[in-house]
Amino acid sequence: MSALRTPTGGRIDRSRKLRFSFDGRSFDGFAGDTLASALLANGVHLVGRSFKYHRPRGILSAGSDEPNALVAVARDAARVTPNLRATQVELYSELRAESQNRFPSLGFDIGVINDVVSPLLPAGFYYKTFKWPAWAWQRLYEPAIRAAAGLGRAPTLPDPDRYISRFAHCDVLVIGAGPAGLAAALVAADAGARVILCDEQAECGGSLLAETAATIDGWPAGDWVATTLATLAANPRVRVLPRTTAFGYFAHNMVGLNERVTDHLAAPPADLPRERLWQVRAAEVVIATGALERPLVFPNNDRPGVMLADAGRTYLLRYGVVPGRRVVIATAHDAAYRAALDLHAAGIAVPLIADLRQTATGDWPEAARAAGIRVRTGAIIATTGGRRRVAWAGVAQPDGGTIEPVPCDALLMSGGWTPSVHLFSQSRGKLRFDAEAQAFLPNLSVERERSAGACRGVFGLTAALADGAAAGEAAAKAAGHGGARAPRMAVTAKAFGGGGLLGPAAGTAAKHAFVDFQNDVTAKDIGLATREGFRSIEHVKRYTTTGMATDQGKTSNMHALGIVAAALDVPLPQVGLTTFRMPYTPVTFGSFAALSRGDLFEPLRRTPLHAQAVAAGAVFEDVGAWKRARYFPRAGEDMHAAVARECVAVRSRAGLFDGSTLGKIEIVGADAAEFLNRMYVNAWSKLGVGRCRYGILCREDGFVADDGVIGRIAADRFHVTTTTGGAARVLALMEDYLQTEWPDLDVWLTSVTEQWAVIALQGPQARDILAPFVAGIDLARAAMPHMSVVEGQVCGIPARLFRVSFTGELGFEINVPADHGPAVWQALMATGAVTPYGTEAMHLLRAEKGYIIVGQETDGTATPDDAGVGWAVARSKRDFVGKRSLARASMAAPARKQLVGLLTEDPNLVLEEGAQLVDDPTQAPPMRLLGHVTSSYYSASLGHSIALAMLSGGRARHGARLFVPMPGGAIAVQVTAPVFYDPEGARLDA
Amino acid sequence: MLLIDCPYCGKRPEIEFSYGGEAHVARPADPQALSDDAWAAYLYLRSNPKGRHAERWRHTHGCARFFNAVRDTVSDFFVTTYKVGETPPAEAWPRAAE
Amino acid sequence: MQSFSILSLLRRAFGGHASWQPQWRDAAPKAAYDAVIIGGGGHGLGTAYYLASEYGMRNIAVLERGWIGGGNTGRNTTIIRSNYLFDESAALYDHALKLWEGLSRTLNYNVMYSPRGVMMLAHNVHDVQVFKRHVHANRANGVDNEWLSAEQARAFCPPLNISPDLRYPVLGAALQRRGGTARHDAVAWGYARAADALGVDIVQNCEVTGIDRGPDGAVTGVQTTRGAIRAPKVGIVAAGHTSVVMGMAGLRVPLESFPLQALVSEPVKPVFPCVVMSNTVHAYISQSDKGELVIGAGTDAFVSYSQRGGLHIPAHTLDAICELFPMFRRMRMLRNWGGIVDTTPDRSPIIAKTPVPGLYVNCGWGTGGFKATPGSAHVFAHTMAQDAPHPINAPFTLERFRDGQMIDEAAAAAVAH
Repeated sequence: MSALRTPTGGRIDRSRKLRFSFDGRSFDGFAGDTLASALLANGVHLVGRSFKYHRPRGILSAGSDEPNALVAVARDAARVTPNLRATQVELYSELRAESQNRFPSLGFDIGVINDVVSPLLPAGFYYKTFKWPAWAWQRLYEPAIRAAAGLGRAPTLPDPDRYISRFAHCDVLVIGAGPAGLAAALVAADAGARVILCDEQAECGGSLLAETAATIDGWPAGDWVATTLATLAANPRVRVLPRTTAFGYFAHNMVGLNERVTDHLAAPPADLPRERLWQVRAAEVVIATGALERPLVFPNNDRPGVMLADAGRTYLLRYGVVPGRRVVIATAHDAAYRAALDLHAAGIAVPLIADLRQTATGDWPEAARAAGIRVRTGAIIATTGGRRRVAWAGVAQPDGGTIEPVPCDALLMSGGWTPSVHLFSQSRGKLRFDAEAQAFLPNLSVERERSAGACRGVFGLTAALADGAAAGEAAAKAAGHGGARAPRMAVTAKAFGGGGLLGPAAGTAAKHAFVDFQNDVTAKDIGLATREGFRSIEHVKRYTTTGMATDQGKTSNMHALGIVAAALDVPLPQVGLTTFRMPYTPVTFGSFAALSRGDLFEPLRRTPLHAQAVAAGAVFEDVGAWKRARYFPRAGEDMHAAVARECVAVRSRAGLFDGSTLGKIEIVGADAAEFLNRMYVNAWSKLGVGRCRYGILCREDGFVADDGVIGRIAADRFHVTTTTGGAARVLALMEDYLQTEWPDLDVWLTSVTEQWAVIALQGPQARDILAPFVAGIDLARAAMPHMSVVEGQVCGIPARLFRVSFTGELGFEINVPADHGPAVWQALMATGAVTPYGTEAMHLLRAEKGYIIVGQETDGTATPDDAGVGWAVARSKRDFVGKRSLARASMAAPARKQLVGLLTEDPNLVLEEGAQLVDDPTQAPPMRLLGHVTSSYYSASLGHSIALAMLSGGRARHGARLFVPMPGGAIAVQVTAPVFYDPEGARLDA
Repeated sequence: MLLIDCPYCGKRPEIEFSYGGEAHVARPADPQALSDDAWAAYLYLRSNPKGRHAERWRHTHGCARFFNAVRDTVSDFFVTTYKVGETPPAEAWPRAAE
Repeated sequence: MQSFSILSLLRRAFGGHASWQPQWRDAAPKAAYDAVIIGGGGHGLGTAYYLASEYGMRNIAVLERGWIGGGNTGRNTTIIRSNYLFDESAALYDHALKLWEGLSRTLNYNVMYSPRGVMMLAHNVHDVQVFKRHVHANRANGVDNEWLSAEQARAFCPPLNISPDLRYPVLGAALQRRGGTARHDAVAWGYARAADALGVDIVQNCEVTGIDRGPDGAVTGVQTTRGAIRAPKVGIVAAGHTSVVMGMAGLRVPLESFPLQALVSEPVKPVFPCVVMSNTVHAYISQSDKGELVIGAGTDAFVSYSQRGGLHIPAHTLDAICELFPMFRRMRMLRNWGGIVDTTPDRSPIIAKTPVPGLYVNCGWGTGGFKATPGSAHVFAHTMAQDAPHPINAPFTLERFRDGQMIDEAAAAAVAH
């Protein structure tokens, strides 16, 4: 048994010994230990190195406010987590932890050179130097600074663990399961409210877990906690979440909780996630987050062995660990007397309580004196001594004089308590500074919440329990569950109040007097910042980095405020307060991402014909959320070979294409045609039933938003198609106008994108191939000309058959209910006469015809006229979306970019899409850019390359010779009309 | 994430909705009659107030209907929500009375 | 101005650093100036510096409602690049980039401009087309930008996941090597210190409550919480609050203000060598000198001045980060914050004269204003001093919206950053 364990007591399970390692050395601890308590029990105080000066650091606290004791825990090569607080890491068998930010070892760290030259490295030193020569910052200084900075090492392998997210609603969310929180939850649940109670620690109970003297309703504190938790557990309306941190308070009473599910387990079950992220929408919230003890600011207050008083007491009483054999107490608050008395009672020598206050009276100091502990008031701690562990405390008078060295192996300190107002402040509640408590306390609420207990300055067990009970009652009532009565609890406990010190005691030297331990910010640094004109606390924070470490200033912020206020000689509230931001303590990225990974990162959309494409060997591309078949390579083919073959097949026989991703909107109603007239640039009233028209949709600013073929199924029914990526956007735009501008129109819009499978059958043999499969449809040219639509049957399935073409060939688009798509596809494939082709061949075929793709030829700055589809605009219409914008003078400027074709002088050269056009390739940058290549392919059908481009004044430049500047030299091109294949359209009308 | 009171469905989380920009910016009855300045004002000028803002939301993943809301842009609290065509109470949105 | 150098640092170390003077005076406002600038962010302070240093206007003041650099200057993810598509944008942002390159020495203040390279990922064929268009246009404009294959992208940024099994695999990337990061606070402080040394008054805790105009309609001064100040020229550089301040002069502007969020991880040893941006999956990430992963999230959907947004916005960004860099899944968010960004309909800024004589505005930087700070300040100073735009900001007028002559980077590329 370790000599540093108490013989009995505490909440550890002495029957379950756990072996663990720290920096490769093996140790033993007990179930119920944290890594910190187990290390202390083994006499290990040196556990880390500070960020900037690499000073040796020990364990300061016993909770989530720990700035020093940061470790990496590795379960295996991939499950490495850096920067964990040893005070929060629960011990499990074979836990492996490593110290951080040291090289080559924790005991001997060459980074400590920074401490030696620290006079050269005051706050903000890097702003003042490293400016010459210009290249050296990035190549020399910055890499050196970066290597010295940082804390732990990031994991290097993908994290195999799972995370999930949960949404929850409740009447009352109670944050913090200390005395106030437990009382609040108990009362609210009793009133009939649905309650969620969460606490960041492994065990609920808060300060009661280290309470050995007090009783509640006659129960010892620990037993009262157990009874209360049993009562809550038996209530089906209550959910208790330990190991769960309320990390953020969001608008409209939503609170984010991070639950750590398996990190404390030696062998996490595979069916459990590592963490859960809860988003709780609560009718009412009770914040019972307690208070954090402040250190004292004095020279060399950062030596291992120097610890917060209540942390020392917690290790003793909750974990059965002796923080030292000879413990000096330094304090500006009564709380440390309680620690001194508990240590004394445990047989630990307490040679001195150095009280920084001029007088120390009242119950606690008197009790200490009565116990025979020496109390020296009006003292300061002038320094401490010792190498890797404190060996003596130098006690002195504020006005100087001799330093009394008091030998010790631990120094417990208390500067008073800082209420944890983080979540209240995140909720946008207004704080006020309470001079008596020396603290900011909740004042005006904004959300539906109330604070209870120490987090609102109500200290002492008796008061906290009563305050929590009252808050629970009020919250339940506000959530509609009145009638409960907060019970009166009989408590025996001695209380203490607020107060304490903000900043160092008068007469204390500022050098090496640490305020922010992790970031190595001293009182001297803060003084320097104020001298240099940084007067707002936000400036001081940013200049010195105080409060910016991983503890976000939990132990340091109030001291920094005190120092700045003193330096500027202004009241503390006037200095301001840095904003409290989420998260309260760091939260794992994976917890936010939860299940959004892999295929669930974003929903994957597959067409009804996806399986057919897979079977045909398709290579897919992502288009929006869709997977589309890009090409169908046969053995030995690359993309170009496959695409060339597919194109030739379409031009010579017939090809089959999955067009199901096209957006489809059914527009129905007496005013359907009028609605289309107002939305699209085209005229629709005269479109006959059974006929189709190519429609262009502009935004109100006059630029092309979308296009697609629209068929008139009946006088009051249109089948509208949109681009694949534009479907949702177009429907939203239409709904917007219909609902808010023209609610008088009798029109109904329905998205039918996923209802129809669309199979394009394109090529000179299309009609012959299709003929045997149709019923009730006359495919003859006269009966079904280009741009027509008819309802009938294909393969015995009700279908809408369009005669349309995006290839320039005779073509049909067969729309059948989605489930029947595969049958039709397979039937057509079984003819052996068709070749499946993908989006790449489709793009090439349409480019040969000069058909634009919205989003490729156009980019959101092109008008219909720019894109070469100005013919579609029905100028005689009184109005349509975008019409007024098209009337602006700049929209008709001759220099606008217009769609043209390009032919390279070398017919085999394929231009790069995105390449620029210039008239003089010899000019120096910045060149006068005339336009750019939008689409470019090698056309196997034509035997040469083709390209489409948007070119300034392009239509007036047909025949001109221009150049495409490339890194290897300029490529000469000739400007042409954008139609390369069958310009008369004879094949379409075949 | 805001909690939004759809006048048709009740309170729902923000992720069910799409924001629709400032409310009560009516499309001019005869755009062609407007000057370029007046048309640009319709297209682009928004009040962008620091304070109460009348705005449109659409309950896209619910009833799919547009409705209006008055929200304080400093606190993000809603003052009221109401259906298209309705006028908000004057105390909720003083500009309505202008 | 006390010189900043390794020697001055050494010398003062012997005096315990007791003799450092304030980096800028905590000035009280005078009754009149030749010009005042409303807004003490990087753009406003830089404007004052260039007005004083290049245009000899030293009787000027910067009025800041809170503390300088406390708005978007101190809240952004510090990405610097100039690989914009349109000629007008490329000229503006590259002007800024050239100033960044010498800024530490110009200001005698280390702003830590670090050209670590900005890599923009392409995840689909459309992205490839768009980024290649950028690469070609940038090269012709003399702006460095190069195309990398997925393998080259990973070689430049080893943590990058280029597995073809990704939901949106990385098909390649556009890399601007001169792009990188700088220390945002230092930009504000460095400009403030240099401007102060030239006589500029930097007045903090001074909120403008009104803009005064004479009988001819021209600006005559401003009303503030610290009294009236006369000035024949007033420049508004108030970012998210521009609509509010312009409203004091009776002007409406084509702006809407949205919350923009960002976050940092806990600091770790160097692991991420460059800046990576992905517009398709919404991820923007770099690593600060301190070791934190700095991650930009998107804007919330609605107009707001609350300087905070919903949890679902950063959560979505972390989805993307974890997908592209699956080893970062165990990293932890240390701090999340929000700013207010003023966005124009074409996502390009307005740096221009206004219809009110003597009133100038520099706004509309949306989500990407930090990178432009020196260039924006420089051309705005020219505009205020000469009462006419510099050729570089001449296209960035208010009137372009009326005339339909937008500079629409977003529409052209779905790129808003």
